[in-house]
Amino acid sequence: MTLSHLQRLEAESIQIMREAVSESERPVMLYSVGKDSSVMLHLAIKAFYPSLPPFPLMHVDTTWKFRAMYEFRDQRVAETGMDLIVYQNPDARDRGINPFDHGSAMHTDLWKTEGLKQALDLHRFDLAFGGARRDEEKSRAKERVFSIRSDQHRWDPKAQRPELWSLYNARKAPGESVRVFPLSNWTELDIWQYIYREDIPIVPLYLAAQRPVVERDGTLIMVDDDRMPVDPNEVTHRSVRFRTLGCYPLTGAIESQASTLTEIIQEMLLATSSERQGRVIDHDSTGSMEKKKQEGYF
Amino acid sequence: MAHVHDELLERDIEAYLGRHENKSMLRFITCGSVDDGKSTLIGRLLYDSHLIFEDQLVALESDSRKVGTQGDAIDFALLVDGLVAEREQGITIDVAYRFFSTERRKFIVADTPGHEQYTRNMVTGASTADLAVILIDARKGVLTQTRRHSYLVSLLGIREVVVAVNKMDLVDWSEETFRSIETDYATFAAELGIDNVTCIPLSALLGDNITRPSVEMDWYSGPTLLETLETVEVADDVINGPFRMPVQWVNRPDHTFRGFSGQIVGGRIQPGDPVRVLPSGQTSTVSRIVTADGDLEEAVAGQSVTIALDDEIDISRGDVIASGDAPPAVADQFECQLVWMSDDELLPGRPYLLKIGTRTVTATVTRPKYSINVNTLEHTAAAALELNEIGACNISLDRAIPFDPYSENREMGGFILIDRFTNATVGAGMLNFALRRADNIHWQSLAVDKASRSKLNMQRPVMVWFTGLSGAGKSTVANLVERRLHGLGLRTYLLDGDNVRHGLNRDLGFTDADRVENIRRVAEVGALMVDAGLIVLSSFISPFRAERLMARELLDDGEFIEVFVDSGLDAAEERDPKGLYAKARRGELVNFTGIDSPYEPPENPEIHLDTSGAVTPEDSALKVVDYLRSVGVFD
Repeated sequence: MTLSHLQRLEAESIQIMREAVSESERPVMLYSVGKDSSVMLHLAIKAFYPSLPPFPLMHVDTTWKFRAMYEFRDQRVAETGMDLIVYQNPDARDRGINPFDHGSAMHTDLWKTEGLKQALDLHRFDLAFGGARRDEEKSRAKERVFSIRSDQHRWDPKAQRPELWSLYNARKAPGESVRVFPLSNWTELDIWQYIYREDIPIVPLYLAAQRPVVERDGTLIMVDDDRMPVDPNEVTHRSVRFRTLGCYPLTGAIESQASTLTEIIQEMLLATSSERQGRVIDHDSTGSMEKKKQEGYF
Repeated sequence: MAHVHDELLERDIEAYLGRHENKSMLRFITCGSVDDGKSTLIGRLLYDSHLIFEDQLVALESDSRKVGTQGDAIDFALLVDGLVAEREQGITIDVAYRFFSTERRKFIVADTPGHEQYTRNMVTGASTADLAVILIDARKGVLTQTRRHSYLVSLLGIREVVVAVNKMDLVDWSEETFRSIETDYATFAAELGIDNVTCIPLSALLGDNITRPSVEMDWYSGPTLLETLETVEVADDVINGPFRMPVQWVNRPDHTFRGFSGQIVGGRIQPGDPVRVLPSGQTSTVSRIVTADGDLEEAVAGQSVTIALDDEIDISRGDVIASGDAPPAVADQFECQLVWMSDDELLPGRPYLLKIGTRTVTATVTRPKYSINVNTLEHTAAAALELNEIGACNISLDRAIPFDPYSENREMGGFILIDRFTNATVGAGMLNFALRRADNIHWQSLAVDKASRSKLNMQRPVMVWFTGLSGAGKSTVANLVERRLHGLGLRTYLLDGDNVRHGLNRDLGFTDADRVENIRRVAEVGALMVDAGLIVLSSFISPFRAERLMARELLDDGEFIEVFVDSGLDAAEERDPKGLYAKARRGELVNFTGIDSPYEPPENPEIHLDTSGAVTPEDSALKVVDYLRSVGVFD
């Protein structure tokens, strides 16, 4: 009996999660509501079955996610019985930070990067699971599965611990924390195949439907609520779907007719642009993700 | 993806997915230097297996023009060189993992640099690889670095090697050149015990024999690189070996269920199978193999499961559940191969943490028997191991662990060493075999024990450990303390740094490694004297926290009293009672603590004596004596 690639990936992710939980005091799983988070949550439930995963989920919220994401999140939490912590950076909330007036860089920095640091400090979490994959972006290809962050949440790419076999070193000094990436070795295609094989629920925004969109700098943006300044005449209804999910004003839609899971996979296999293209945050400059990560972004 | 030639994909996506779900996976490592065209080779594999998206391609084309080395042509190496720093330097500096997938297999590539100083990275990448692709530049043939790569590959237990003879376009596609490299390599591989070698002539730059057979080299009828990677059968010795599962986590949702979660690292298991739990040796029978997808009839190496047993036996994280018929051996002393991965050299005698499977114990390494020159494979004598050095050592643990030799099972015989203070992973090792020594030496149980001796002496035995810079006043204070205690009718002994070096430690110098051994011996002798019921005073510079902690851990709680004799460097140098600072400053004395060798001050000493200013040695001694009385060493 030879294990298939999905069976090997699943077994590895489960092994990583059990190690992480065994070697930390206060673990938490960062839950961003996207498809990678959905897979990660599914794997967590498998890893600790019949127990519930011994950690809460935490959503570092920006108040600017798609409405469908909030609905989906609350529904999944109710179905799984997991505890959920929602954190919104109070400073960003008081200042009304938004992508329209403040730009994507400041919006992301305050809500997400700062918000995450505040939330980890507030709850004194010493280990956080994240759903990042090495195939997403070149700087991720070298990140470890267990990645140590300083007490300032900084990542030092030059001081990474070698990871041999399936032995992970999660030891840390007081104040330091560990980010753990159980999906490190998964690709986007693996994620979709696994969602298909395991019938994992995902946010409906991944499937094509008629949605109101406007065009901004060549990117299709969905008008998800009335906070978005638009000229009513520029809004059109088109059949679109999303390859990644984030803050709706910063997430590009693609025109598509793929309204079922298998159609998405088919379309993706025949597709012509990679996943992160829809994410406005990456376009700032080459190496932008690496800089953000050094500053504490996931 | 740019395009995939697959009709089924367009016609019947469900059938297509069904077929892809059962793909196998191969993990391999590529070894070679930048000059061999390694990044180009990987870039080409990614490109030719159609796994580059259009926008990545656009970025690649623009990067190629900006920083590429191929003129207007695409520089495939840019696809895989990730971090900003290394893109600027034009080299890869760490282990990176790449992914691609074909109709038959998913591949995970560990991409590691070929530079001499990066043995660490290659060993890391090889530890999880099933196969190695070793690049050879056809113009250069089998080089020193080829030998080094092959040795590391064999050291890490990889048995399948593909030799990619690259840049064939630059030797006019010469069959003769290829055959001669093939012959050279075969001889060398046989020496290393690498059985399965496939040599392929190719050009990564032009794509010949990467995914498409070369037109230029019609004399070669063997498989292309990709075909080889897709079809090679990786011998699965582990799955056919005896059952092994290190327990990661005890799964106890409520009082009705108790299971043991872990990843199976050897063999297979079914309900009803007898098992033995190690190191305790208790036996039981598997009652269920629990997963979220329902109970399993059988589970095999590689799967993560939860096992329930028929009997209520005490099992915790770190234990190994193993086949009842063929359990692993249990031992606490081993011979191992050790790869050093830290800028701070290995210090024989210093305790490190050792993680193997799911268990972490304390380990000390002896002086290496020899280190291995990875270029010539010669054994040379070594006192310590430095970054990227490999040696054969004996290793001794603070308790016995179950293990299999690394050559039989990587997960049961591979370990990492962790520095107890920096928490860095400083070394990786492979257990060869257990030393019989430990089996044959048992603790003699003695009728008269420490407590009874202590009672007779009417004192509580302790070790009072004076640490501080040379000239801080350790020996002066320790002497005064002993005189006072003696005057009180107590039984004492003073171990002094200088005196011990005249006898017991005459063979040791002042390197970091020798300093560690010096303290280890003193601590052991001191511990015996404490056991004998004495109040032991020891006066040593003992510059490293790790060794003072080792001494502390040899004793019971409350028996080790650390006294930091703290004059500051200026006062010590000013006094310079033996003229040593002056010598050190003149460069006549090397490795002198405080000058060119570090002193790590205690973080929480039981007693902190400030000896920099007006406090007299008598007052300091009195403070120590008062402390000893206050903690009940004597009445």
